[in-house]
Amino acid sequence: MIIGSIVNGVVIDHIPAGRGMELYRYLNLEELQCEVALIKNAFSEKHGKKDILKVNEVIDLNFDILGYIAPQITVNIIKDGVRVQKIHPQLPNTITGVIKCKNPRCIVSTEQGLKHVFKLTDRENRIYRCIYCDTKAEPQSFL
Amino acid sequence: MKHLIDILDLSKEEIDELISVAEDIIENPAKYSEKCRGKKLATLFYEPSTRTRLSFESAMYELGGNVIGFSEAGSSSAAKGESVADTARTVECFADIIAMRHPKEGAPLVAAQSVSIPVINAGDGSHNHPTQTLTDLLTIKREKGRLDHLTIGCCGDLKFGRTVHSLISAMSRYDNVEFVLISPEELMIPEHLRTDVLIKNNIPFTETTSLEEAMPKLDILYMTRVQRERFFNEADYVRLKDSYILTPDKLSNAKKDLSILHPLPRVNEISVEIDSDPRACYFKQVLCGKYIRMALILNLLGVN
Ligand SMILES: [Zn+2]
Repeated sequence: MIIGSIVNGVVIDHIPAGRGMELYRYLNLEELQCEVALIKNAFSEKHGKKDILKVNEVIDLNFDILGYIAPQITVNIIKDGVRVQKIHPQLPNTITGVIKCKNPRCIVSTEQGLKHVFKLTDRENRIYRCIYCDTKAEPQSFL
Repeated sequence: MKHLIDILDLSKEEIDELISVAEDIIENPAKYSEKCRGKKLATLFYEPSTRTRLSFESAMYELGGNVIGFSEAGSSSAAKGESVADTARTVECFADIIAMRHPKEGAPLVAAQSVSIPVINAGDGSHNHPTQTLTDLLTIKREKGRLDHLTIGCCGDLKFGRTVHSLISAMSRYDNVEFVLISPEELMIPEHLRTDVLIKNNIPFTETTSLEEAMPKLDILYMTRVQRERFFNEADYVRLKDSYILTPDKLSNAKKDLSILHPLPRVNEISVEIDSDPRACYFKQVLCGKYIRMALILNLLGVN
């Protein structure tokens, strides 16, 4: 399998331990036909434990989701067995269709087809607010 | 400026410009009476708010324009389940500008995202009501001749009162403004307003439960109602309610040139005996509301 080496693909490293499965879902990796590996609780010198996702195909990633979930994540793009790019996802300014607004008085609770959109209002404290009602995003309040 | 959804969408300069146009309208109403000839304002009111709707409608009529719309959701397509976006797109075919009142927070933003004509938030639930804040600012400017160097007392329900929150946010941008926040402990301003607006911008403020103690230093007193349903128990409400009702004796140590504001409707939080006091400005405030909406409509329609 691909646990050892990826020839052409993506390695998402330094995922906080226990959150790999969550990312797997948000990145829609279940829809891929290629080999995908989730390694849980791998040894990390910096953080003790980490999760890793390996995808044996170069895919377009939603870096906003990665940056929102954990800015310490690194994304390695592998081509012909060589790492050609290392990306540190940034905290996104807006994030669409990922965080759920839990305010029952918010228009997103009733308006058909309206996406939940949050904006970064305080970078230092990583605070996101619903663009419609200004409700603060609670940790883990994913759609 | 394309739409007005949140008072903080406006820079201080844009607010000052709206105020100066409104003051010019007050001085020279005839100059503006045909400015919006042939234009239509749609007032889409998904919940009744007669005062706000009449203010918008009379503003448009005084500019020579016309008005279409509905005054409650029951008489509109919303009752049949049409989305806000679809209603806005339909109305865009008929009108040049929209003023929307909606019980759901963010509905006017949804409308603004869906159309290319200007949308004004005429109140979205307990979230924003920017034209009320513009009204308050114009009233203060008319009464005091300035928006800086003022001590502003906000009294009553400071926890849930959105008009107070917006007023504090907007006035915080002017120099040497100080706030005295007068409320029962249960209804003090929310933490985010205290930290993100007042403390962060080094705005001097004091919090007190006593209106009498605060009174002597105030230039402006902004009254709001303390509602029974905000209290956990009836006994606390009964014990506290009279402390936040403005009566002539509470004004005994007030400044001679104090201005008393209230977003209205008033129930009993300002005694009717105050109405004849020259310091009572709340009905002048209603008039200011019409003029600032005229200035806003002109601005958003790009009419000079
Ligand atoms: Zn929301």
